[in-house]
Amino acid sequence: MRYFSWLGGVGACFIGRCDLGISVARGEQPVIDAIGGALGSTLQLVLAATILAIVIGVAIGMTTALRQYSGYDYVVTFLTFVFYSLPIFWVAVLLKEFGAIRFNEFLGDPVIPWWSILAIALVMGFIASSVVGGELRTRVISFSSVAVGIGGLIFLLDVTRWFVQPSIGIIGVALLTFATAAIVVFTSTGFQHRRALIAVGIVVALTLGLWYPFQFLFFYLNSAWTVLLVTVLMGAIGVIVGLLVGGDGKAVVARTAGIVGGLTVIPLVLDQMFLRWDEYVARIPLSNGVIATIGASTPAIRRVDDTWLNMLDSMTHMLLPTIALMIISLAAYTRYARASLLDVMNQDYVRTARAKGLGERTVVMRHAFRNAMIPIATIIALDFGAVIGGAVITERVFAWQAMGSLFNEGLNRTDVNLVMGFFLVTGILAVLFNVFADLLYSALDPRIRVS
Amino acid sequence: MSDKNPVADDQSVGQELSIEQRATVGLSQGTIVRRRFLAHRGAVASVFVLIFLVLLAFTSVGTVIGGTGKLVPDADSTRLIIDGFRVPGWWTSTWWERYDIVLPGGAPTFTLWPFSFGDHPFGQDNTGKDVFARVMRGMQQSLNVVFIVGIISTVIGVVLGALAGYYRGWIDQLIMRITDVIIIIPLLVLGAVLGRTIGGDALLLAIMLGLIAWTGMARLVRAEFLSLREREFVDAARVAGASDFRIIFRHILPNTVGVIVVSATLLMSAVILLETSLSFLGFGITDPDISLGQIISQYNEAFKTRPWLFWWPGLFIVIIALCINFIGDGLRDAFDPRQKRVPSQNGMGTQVINFFKSYVPGARPGDGTSNK
Repeated sequence: MRYFSWLGGVGACFIGRCDLGISVARGEQPVIDAIGGALGSTLQLVLAATILAIVIGVAIGMTTALRQYSGYDYVVTFLTFVFYSLPIFWVAVLLKEFGAIRFNEFLGDPVIPWWSILAIALVMGFIASSVVGGELRTRVISFSSVAVGIGGLIFLLDVTRWFVQPSIGIIGVALLTFATAAIVVFTSTGFQHRRALIAVGIVVALTLGLWYPFQFLFFYLNSAWTVLLVTVLMGAIGVIVGLLVGGDGKAVVARTAGIVGGLTVIPLVLDQMFLRWDEYVARIPLSNGVIATIGASTPAIRRVDDTWLNMLDSMTHMLLPTIALMIISLAAYTRYARASLLDVMNQDYVRTARAKGLGERTVVMRHAFRNAMIPIATIIALDFGAVIGGAVITERVFAWQAMGSLFNEGLNRTDVNLVMGFFLVTGILAVLFNVFADLLYSALDPRIRVS
Repeated sequence: MSDKNPVADDQSVGQELSIEQRATVGLSQGTIVRRRFLAHRGAVASVFVLIFLVLLAFTSVGTVIGGTGKLVPDADSTRLIIDGFRVPGWWTSTWWERYDIVLPGGAPTFTLWPFSFGDHPFGQDNTGKDVFARVMRGMQQSLNVVFIVGIISTVIGVVLGALAGYYRGWIDQLIMRITDVIIIIPLLVLGAVLGRTIGGDALLLAIMLGLIAWTGMARLVRAEFLSLREREFVDAARVAGASDFRIIFRHILPNTVGVIVVSATLLMSAVILLETSLSFLGFGITDPDISLGQIISQYNEAFKTRPWLFWWPGLFIVIIALCINFIGDGLRDAFDPRQKRVPSQNGMGTQVINFFKSYVPGARPGDGTSNK
């Protein structure tokens, strides 16, 4: 009987008057308000972790598949087993200790010992040389260049006391934009494509040229919508430049330049966020380090009407929970991406593409990648349950006031309405995830149509 | 089982046998699977480690059978004893009694040189309880839950999946809709609600988890049955007048053993993480009983001052889950019908050697590692 009156309240949502009952545990607060306040943080956390896990997992999985049976492949395969077996609460507590508390202590006196710079450089060099592969000469070159580059960068950041005063500035924006552009060009057209290089070069130059005017834009239009505006603006500029310069391959060049343009927003926004670093450090409670371990935001900063400062605050709060949550999904995505790409690379149409004389990049990115992604779309829906469960635990460890803590609280105090509210929301989210996976399916595979 | 022999498999009839297939000619399915599994060194090593851990956990501090598991004062002495039939172990400390703190702060007495375990090798907590005994008891309970959930959910999943896949129609619809309802709620969330309702007993918790963890298994078995029921040997059995029961359990089920064994193993590795997570949240096994997750939950604030309270239980969770995962991987390789060759280079030892080999000058990726 109580269930049906509750169901009636849920049904009223369709006519705009939601009533999920009141929460006894939270001082008679209506459940719908409690959920409304908590849903945002959890969604942020879950989405960020899922997206990062997909991007990183697929990248690692694909590189291991392309370098099958290499040392890198074996190391990654072993690590995915370990990651599979890690209990998330243990990882979260470890991250809290080493990622936040010890790291904050390190930031008090940021001197990186020479041996850890050396170790990081060697590991990065090893990864790079394994991924690039090829003859011994190429491997040595890629190993040494990446090792020296990364080691040098860390050394430079160390001696310039960057870790005390992190900022990006125009130099950082330039570096990040170049790196993004290089990755996009490499995966999308390859460096041989001269027109694409020219178009992307123009976009990068434009971004750096517009850096100074953008400072005013970001200052006066101080809201999250600016991010979207700049993304669309730069993307559009990229597409237009691509169309103008593209020549024969207009579509491809325009797409590449558009993606690069859209992505330039990331360094620009990061730059804005780090401009507020001093203000952030001044406003956080003294007992806390810069990497936060408690809650989803600093209340004192929440009250300041500055989007970029709030973004920086959310970022430092979200960093560790996101990593903890990402780790559990990462192993699954890596393994499935590897298996699925290996499967596709043995197909006949890939051999046909090779026989046509297409380059390795075109074969992998154009012919194999898309088909290899189809099974990954299934995992997104399947993985959802694990991520929500993980979020409940992570939020507990990092003391977030979000859906997970709502559920914990409801269960601990036997508050049926609160728990039912949680079930309702996760149910809706699960359906949405499944719909998204289906849409992704039909986008990846033209044989499947969603009617 | 003759219809499972890869040589007699209908795909290979009339085709020239490849070298890999010739290697398995005349061997029974069981022999092939066993040989492939034994060739997976990581999996074999994991089996030994797991057996060792089970023996260690149960013999060291002994166990308690039956009873309420509550602590009661002993009638003869002033000591607390645990309710139920107590099987003593060879370890001198128990998991519920307090001891005098040996080292300052209860630090571990374990030393490598001179090698000695001391009275409390894993240290003591702030009340003087022996962490080794607690971790062992926690491991017992976690392992109990893993095996009980594994058995219950495998049985339910296989039976429901077989019925749905074999009969199709409304039975299939009914079972699959129930499965959908359970599968859409995250397992941890559902487990937390059940665990909270029935209260911290390991056995009850395991049974409850077993009742909800079968969905994946049911789906897999159903898919297998849907495809196998159309095969000729099923028609032959039906023509010969076999009953449905006999067809399902004697003809089709033996052909799905591979899928079932592999997914049961992987389910068990998920269950240990599930149970420890629930206990960590306080909705699984609760005080006075012990689980590895509950130990971590109890002590996670003390990480700064007494890190050993945190490291040991976590380490054992990781080792157990890793072992089960490796065994699952080995079983999957062994049962994979596409894999005709007996794998000889998948072992961990070879992996490590290959890892270094690939860096020997002149070696190209895949040189020392390709499948010969």
